[in-house]
Amino acid sequence: MAGTVKRDYSLVGESTRRAIETGLASAEWYHTDVSRKAIKELMQRSDGPAIRDTIIWVVAILGSAAGGVYFWGTWWCVPFFFVYGVLYGSSSDSRWHECGHGTAFRTRWMNDVVYQIASFMLMRNPVTWRWSHARHHTDTIIVGRDAEIAVMRPPDLLRAALAFTGILDFRYSLPALVRQAFGKLTPDEKSYVPEMEQHKAVIAARWHVAIYIATIALALTMRSWVPLVIIGVPRLYGTWHMVLTGLLQHIGLADNVIDHRLNTRTVYMNPISRFIYWNMNYHVEHHMFPMVPYHALPRLHEMIKHDLPEPNPSMWHAYREVWPVLLRQLKYEDYFLKRELPPTARPYRGEFHEVNMSAAAE
Amino acid sequence: MADWVEACAVDDVEEEDVIRFDHGGRTFAIYRSPDDEFFATDGFCTHEKAHLADGLVMDDIIECPKHNGRFNYKTGQAKGAPVCVNLQTYPVKVEAGKVMIQIA
Repeated sequence: MAGTVKRDYSLVGESTRRAIETGLASAEWYHTDVSRKAIKELMQRSDGPAIRDTIIWVVAILGSAAGGVYFWGTWWCVPFFFVYGVLYGSSSDSRWHECGHGTAFRTRWMNDVVYQIASFMLMRNPVTWRWSHARHHTDTIIVGRDAEIAVMRPPDLLRAALAFTGILDFRYSLPALVRQAFGKLTPDEKSYVPEMEQHKAVIAARWHVAIYIATIALALTMRSWVPLVIIGVPRLYGTWHMVLTGLLQHIGLADNVIDHRLNTRTVYMNPISRFIYWNMNYHVEHHMFPMVPYHALPRLHEMIKHDLPEPNPSMWHAYREVWPVLLRQLKYEDYFLKRELPPTARPYRGEFHEVNMSAAAE
Repeated sequence: MADWVEACAVDDVEEEDVIRFDHGGRTFAIYRSPDDEFFATDGFCTHEKAHLADGLVMDDIIECPKHNGRFNYKTGQAKGAPVCVNLQTYPVKVEAGKVMIQIA
């Protein structure tokens, strides 16, 4: 067997060249057969569900922030900031995601407003991240192409654990915004943001940085931590739920394949997590049919589940399943979890994902 | 002189929907608007090679199925990231229940 080829996760390196040469970049992906009539019905947009959920979201954010400030200086502020942090640092990710796709609301400006607010809460440049996510959908977990691979191989388990605290993301995101505000984009960013859009990324970064400077100035003027606990720092203490749910999207599964059933995971979750996550636990379904709004994903799941691997019944189950895979990847990075298809499914095509895993079998 | 080519029957396209039409090695998208007018554009998104006929028609917008890029299918105008390049449109007429498009 040929030795393992080390993965190069830069977007302008050896893996990039190989992905383009082998046809993995911008490839035709597998889709479960769904009639045009059925998918058209599922794709239909409506403002109603997202307006309802956004009202609940905003009221919960303002209410928990008000409670936290009111009880500031006592232990009673902790539960309020616990809720506020998750809403700020985690649920903003799913709002960013759905509104970035333009599927949450039917009305475009509503998607755009929530997208901009959520991008700010996440310390994400709304321009560069829109493009990186487009690439993520074109080349999902294609090494050298996908800009959003959360856990690379061999896995850095300490880094993955620290992700729950938000420290690493914070440390990356804030300097990235400052760098972009000075007009500097990295070669990776330039590889997926078209030239005509790059100046917009710089302007957006300047707005974000200006708001953070104003927040720091306010905190200094007030001689209080409260402005920072409300703006910016929740990205640290409230990010754990985003990582808890988001890591499961692709971790431990195949890379360099063109079938989302192999590299993406659907996990059943409790209703609170599904509200925070806006149903992105139906992640195979989302990647196969990104036009389907979050509120229609459970119906899509029912329609195509005969063709998909059995979903993990819980987050706990999914993490228990993936942990030994990660440990094995430390020694043998080509190893991955290949999930079984039900007998009703169309089989996987072999040509892009048959890896000899015998070396990992010891 | 550009030719008029029969693309489909009027009834082949539902209201506020789109179908694919292949001709001469090229792919087109044929639209029927909510006010029962017909339009035609190139069949692939200008961002990446995705069939617009698999997308969603909303009013005068076609949304690409791959990255949700939006175009005005009446004018071909790209409506923002991730699509930046306009879509080529083609003249359309309806004759005797057939949708005809003029291909340059």
